[in-house]
Amino acid sequence: MTCQFELKGVTYSYPGADRNALHRVDLSVGSGSLHALLGPNGSGKSTLLQVMLGEARASSGHVSFRGRPIVEWKRREIATQVAFVPQSEPLAFPLKVRELVEMGRYPHIGTLGRAGPDDRRAVEEAMEVAGVASFAARPITTLSGGELQRTRIARALAQKPLTLVLDEPTAALDLHFEMETFELMRRLTVDQSLTIVVATHNLNLAARYASHVLLLAEGRVEAAGSPQDVFTKDTLERVYRWPIAVLPHPGPGHDAGVPQVVPLTPPRGVA
Amino acid sequence: MPTCSIDLGQTWLRRLGYSRTHFTPALAEMARQTGAQLRLLALFGLTLGVCAIALVVGPVQVSLGDVLLVFRGRADPTVYTIVMSLRVPRIALAASVGAGLAVSGAVFQALLRNPLAEPYVLGVSSGAAVGAVAAMVLGLTATSILALPVAAFLGAVLAIVLVLAMSGTAGRGLDTRVLLLSGVVIGAFFNATVLLIINFADADTFRAAMLWIMGSFAGASRESAFTLLLYVGPALLLLMVVARPLNLLSVGEQSAFHLGVDVWRLKIFLYVVTSLIVGACVAGAGAIGFVGLVVPHALRLIGGSDHRWLLPGCAMAGAAFMVGADAIARTVVAPAELPVGVVTALIGVPVFLWLLRTRDGLA
Repeated sequence: MTCQFELKGVTYSYPGADRNALHRVDLSVGSGSLHALLGPNGSGKSTLLQVMLGEARASSGHVSFRGRPIVEWKRREIATQVAFVPQSEPLAFPLKVRELVEMGRYPHIGTLGRAGPDDRRAVEEAMEVAGVASFAARPITTLSGGELQRTRIARALAQKPLTLVLDEPTAALDLHFEMETFELMRRLTVDQSLTIVVATHNLNLAARYASHVLLLAEGRVEAAGSPQDVFTKDTLERVYRWPIAVLPHPGPGHDAGVPQVVPLTPPRGVA
Repeated sequence: MPTCSIDLGQTWLRRLGYSRTHFTPALAEMARQTGAQLRLLALFGLTLGVCAIALVVGPVQVSLGDVLLVFRGRADPTVYTIVMSLRVPRIALAASVGAGLAVSGAVFQALLRNPLAEPYVLGVSSGAAVGAVAAMVLGLTATSILALPVAAFLGAVLAIVLVLAMSGTAGRGLDTRVLLLSGVVIGAFFNATVLLIINFADADTFRAAMLWIMGSFAGASRESAFTLLLYVGPALLLLMVVARPLNLLSVGEQSAFHLGVDVWRLKIFLYVVTSLIVGACVAGAGAIGFVGLVVPHALRLIGGSDHRWLLPGCAMAGAAFMVGADAIARTVVAPAELPVGVVTALIGVPVFLWLLRTRDGLA
């Protein structure tokens, strides 16, 4: 199994900060699996994604993509292999859904190239898979939160990446769209053997859908491994500073037995 | 309606046994490109029409027939002088300035992801005016024809640096309120600086310098029109080359970065080229406001925000708008003249206010 992303002893601190945003983080992302990145607010999830994707440069340590240091990749070259869905982006102009998805072809077409049949097919397929084809002509400023998120995922898929990285893709979505998004990620890893890295706050869905989880706290790796290994009462209570119970998912289906987190009412005086 | 014809094509193709995923996109793309081309062609026609009207109106009425005679070299010498030495240079200057300012407006809007951004509103035009006036008063304009546009360019760059520093570009999108306030405050400061500088000038320079504050094409000559065209033409072409990465930048710097755009280099390139354009336009005709706001906004309503259509469209519509505004400026109070900036502001400010209202307050 080839490693998509490999981080060794990565430390990062923001200019002027007295504490490291990331401290000696190790992470290796294998092909064709769904990796969840967990941790409380401010634990360094977004920073880790930025360093991993070359947006920020590690203060020390080593980051590589497919065996090559991340800094050596040309931006356009890596964009044909890795797609990123940021947490949010400004919607200043009423672009059409299709126009936004077509932007995913930029790394393949370049500044002066012309879109060919391959590009059009990739856009069409991406819109189909992400379920946005039915409103391809609508301006993005009129979309609901769920529709907009799927449109942005469609743009990432139009890049035809090997690896898809998402930063809290379901943060503003209701239960229906959140489940749809996770089901979509599962289909992409299973059917198209995409590698997915997702930062999320939803522990229970991460436990059900991810094969690997990395739990960050204050920039350090608190636990890493399968959901069963990481989701222990002690670890989660320490990281999230709240009393919880870990219960097996009641099923039915392949989720049965997966650890699920239930926050408890704290004993008097703790909260 | 384009959607209608696409649907017809789709059904037709399916009946012939072609799959939807292979042909609809190609058809839709064709329809879209044809649509954009037709719109650009219509704008080109509009620009020519406005220029033709601007050739005939003015203190001295000249008929279109006379103009044709001039171009064939068989006109009365007075008419010849009016058309060739006054109106043609003036129209060429107005068209170049209009195209330059409208395209710069569209680029600023994408750069700052804010449809209210515009060289004049951001104070960039005022910065360029300070540079131009300073060069005049210091007598640098006598040393080289490059002195004026270069000084205006430096003034524009200074204004951009100040506005961006004040509104804090670090992080994500700029807050509209802070951005507009910075632009207004810095613009006011630069306007005051212009007035301060021209107090030290002789009477002739004073009168000429007043034009930089109000904006006027009264000083147009063949040389000034030609020089400006030399600056603005290539700069506009350079901007159109990067229309596709500019589209990406308009949805966010982080997204553009991860789609393979060298964001830092692109931004520097865009700021430098737009400063050059604004500097040259202000050096040629003064600080004329709101063209960069009205024109891109109207074109976005007509044909969407894809810069591959928007930038050439802004070049043509901006030229038409400015030539038209100048024709109004020199006819409504004839034989006197209004500064053209008065006309563009009278049209532009209501549009600005309306835009501000429709953008959920100021958010």
